[in-house]
Amino acid sequence: MNRRMVFHTVGLIVLLEALLFLFPAAVALIYREKCLGAFLISIAIAAVFGGGLSFFSKPKSRVIYAKEGFAITSLAWLFLSAIGAFPFFLSRQIPSYVDAFFETVSGFTTTGASILPRVEDLERGLLFWRSFTHWIGGMGVLVFLMAFLPGLSDRTIHIIRAEMPGPTVGKLLPRVRDTAKILYLIYIVMTAAEVVLLCFGGMSIFDSLVYAFGTAGTGGFGIYSDSAASLSPYCQWVIAIFLFFFGINFNLYYLILIGRIRSCLRSTELRVYAAMVALGTVFLCFNLSSLYQNVEELLRHSFFQVITIITTAGFSTADFALWPVFSQTVLVFLMFTGACAGSTAGGIKISRVVLFFQNCHAEFRHMLHPRSVNVLQMDGKKVDKETRMGVSVYLSVYVLVFFLTWILIAPNGFDFVTTFTAVAACFNNVGPGLGAVGPFGGFAGFSDFSKIVLSFSMLLGRLEIWPILLTLSPRAWMSKHHKKSI
Amino acid sequence: MNIIIVGGGKIGTTVLESLVSEGHDVVMVDSDPEVIAQVSNIYDVMCVCGNGVDWETLTEAGAAGADLLIAVTGSDEFNMLCCFMAKKVGAGHTIARIRNPEYNDQSLGFIKQSLDISMVINPDSLAAAELFNLIQLPSAESIETFAGRNFQIVEWILHPESPLVGMTLMEMRKRFPASYLVGTVGRGSEVFIPSGSFCLQEGDRIGIAASPSEIENLMKMLGILREPTRNAMIIGAARSAHYLTRHLLRSGCRVTVVDIDKEACTAFAENSPEAVVICGDAAQEEVLLEEGLANMDAFVSLTGIDEENILLSYQALSKGVRRVITKINREEFTSMAAKLGLDCIISPRRLMSDVLTRYARALANSAGSKIETLYKLMDGKAEALEFRVEEDFPFAGIPLKDLHLKKNTLIAGIIRKRRIIIPSGTDSILPEDSVVILAAGHSLGDLADIME
Repeated sequence: MNRRMVFHTVGLIVLLEALLFLFPAAVALIYREKCLGAFLISIAIAAVFGGGLSFFSKPKSRVIYAKEGFAITSLAWLFLSAIGAFPFFLSRQIPSYVDAFFETVSGFTTTGASILPRVEDLERGLLFWRSFTHWIGGMGVLVFLMAFLPGLSDRTIHIIRAEMPGPTVGKLLPRVRDTAKILYLIYIVMTAAEVVLLCFGGMSIFDSLVYAFGTAGTGGFGIYSDSAASLSPYCQWVIAIFLFFFGINFNLYYLILIGRIRSCLRSTELRVYAAMVALGTVFLCFNLSSLYQNVEELLRHSFFQVITIITTAGFSTADFALWPVFSQTVLVFLMFTGACAGSTAGGIKISRVVLFFQNCHAEFRHMLHPRSVNVLQMDGKKVDKETRMGVSVYLSVYVLVFFLTWILIAPNGFDFVTTFTAVAACFNNVGPGLGAVGPFGGFAGFSDFSKIVLSFSMLLGRLEIWPILLTLSPRAWMSKHHKKSI
Repeated sequence: MNIIIVGGGKIGTTVLESLVSEGHDVVMVDSDPEVIAQVSNIYDVMCVCGNGVDWETLTEAGAAGADLLIAVTGSDEFNMLCCFMAKKVGAGHTIARIRNPEYNDQSLGFIKQSLDISMVINPDSLAAAELFNLIQLPSAESIETFAGRNFQIVEWILHPESPLVGMTLMEMRKRFPASYLVGTVGRGSEVFIPSGSFCLQEGDRIGIAASPSEIENLMKMLGILREPTRNAMIIGAARSAHYLTRHLLRSGCRVTVVDIDKEACTAFAENSPEAVVICGDAAQEEVLLEEGLANMDAFVSLTGIDEENILLSYQALSKGVRRVITKINREEFTSMAAKLGLDCIISPRRLMSDVLTRYARALANSAGSKIETLYKLMDGKAEALEFRVEEDFPFAGIPLKDLHLKKNTLIAGIIRKRRIIIPSGTDSILPEDSVVILAAGHSLGDLADIME
């Protein structure tokens, strides 16, 4: 393991965070809030720590392999969250560090689960930072670093692979750096478009920025305790529609940019995604028809809840914890599938689900015709054996980690639904679950230990399990330098 | 520039590496998923897995917007077809690796023209040309070839005992009369395009433009070529050995070729009846000594196994052969071989990649201009450019002494109907000529740019 390179890059990420702190600090300055001091101290801490780390571990060689990619990604996310929690903690607005850490992890992993009983109590600078973490975490902070820092390494593809969600990662352009730039460009333009549209709907600039960040990263932190319920129907529609767009694989936007709209529309994953959204909305409409008389209202609430859950954002316009069981079941199912690979959404990802079902079908055929040769195809391309195996193994490990987390937080003594959906909501980066952790509830009632467990489950979910697990393996850290015998 | 490389073999990856380090955007196409996985792990390039002749694969690789496509798979015919398809899809320039000697110069010309291939590159003849240069002009630092091998710019460093030290170019021309031109002089970190009154000093790196035979003449006169190569031994009857033998025989050198394979020997003897072809194991000292290893002026080891080449070369060196050249394919072995005292090492893969990289560089520089070829001389501080003269060239027919050229530019050669003219003041440029210009510190896009 090239440890120096790992720590050097992690140091750079922390330095980058010091820069990112400037944005909420500016907000705090504009509104003349007390938390400005907390931000300034945090900037100093991040700058000293990050600068020191990257300076004292100047790499001798910049060659990295897959394991360094995993280690860089998971450590970077861990440090990012640990230091990102300082402003909440130092400003005393979230007095417990564990709570602040949970809130920050929830932000960066675009989960949107909160321990705050009343969001309105937070100062605007901190609210901005909370939502800004969604925006950074959505597309990935390492991708951001790749896009704007030249010459980090020739093999940064390993880092991108570890950070970008989905079973396979395709490059749009020959260079990782250009690919990262294009992705961020699309991301920024789409976010800006949403801000403008929300401003049109009468939202203040601050509010529309916060909601646009939450939408873009498919995170779901709001600035009101009732999430998005008190927003105007127009704004709810805007958010819902943008959520749909942010749940699509960003590579497809690039295809549109270069004029290959047809191959974009032919994408299997996009079609399944659209079909699932449509079907889910129809199910909810039927089930909820007695609750809402107005057709527009019925359609809006159904569509909004379906889209917010499938993209794992976790905004809500209605307390679906009080809805009929059928609707809740549909939503819990959508929690697990998530949206498209290569988007900012969490969950298992639709392409994996599609591959999984294809795999099952192939296995089924293989049992009927033991000599048959079965080839999986996706978008007209053969799916190689490693990807097929990868999907099955991922799902098994996913279930394993899920159960482990479930057992670990069960001693909190909440009811079954709350415990189960708390894990589902965190692990899939959704945010709100059902029962006590419903859209208008929160995670404040869990013990510190459970909050840490859930924080890690959010990180596991965002980075798709492997990077964190592999970084924990001592074998990955093996160094070629043996200690000199005396 | 956007460059597509089809074929991720030894040559493909070497070229890829050097093109990426030059800052080009490279896409690699190969049909083997394992190769693709390997390449995408190591290099920051886009990889497309598929058949390089297939329209869909080429489109996915972005052939429509590519400036250059390089086809270097193992099959000549595949490379040709790939270039043809890429051109149809819309690639700017195409280069095909064509290796089979059955495609001789004439048929290659026809293939190039009808498939619209910009350059055909044959690794074997390339290696042979380089080997021949190394054998013939041992003191040359670098050799650049223009206009189909008829015109060269050779660079060498003036040693203290050289008769040229302290001489002006005018005196040099009088003392050593031949058809040549001192085109560039590098002194310290500066590069000059010298005039007649320029005085040469010890340690200068001079670049001389002339036809290959004139350069040899000049070097003989200067006493640089003390002993011409009369006997050469080549181990391994490879294709490059075949081309090299042809070069050597033409220059009047006796050639002995040793190979262990009977069939290869027979084929070789059929192709080059004048060469002595020995069927035997070169690893047996007896065989080589019997064929007069100790009396050889040059020894070239060209077998397919690096280790064998290194050991055989070492043996030849210890027997006192003056010029020992070793073919080494694996870059890692080069430094080890140097430790054994083998200083003349040739890597065909590296050669190919150098030529292709240079082509890409020239293409990038000449975008939007009328430059036919471009070479960087003197470590990139000076340029040699080849232009084709158009019908409407405004200065056609005017004697060169009446033209006002920009400072630090020089008309080094005029190629008229495959004949080289080393220009004097009375010569003039005519339409349809090719002109080689030397320039330092200018970026020229058109021939007319050299005039004041």
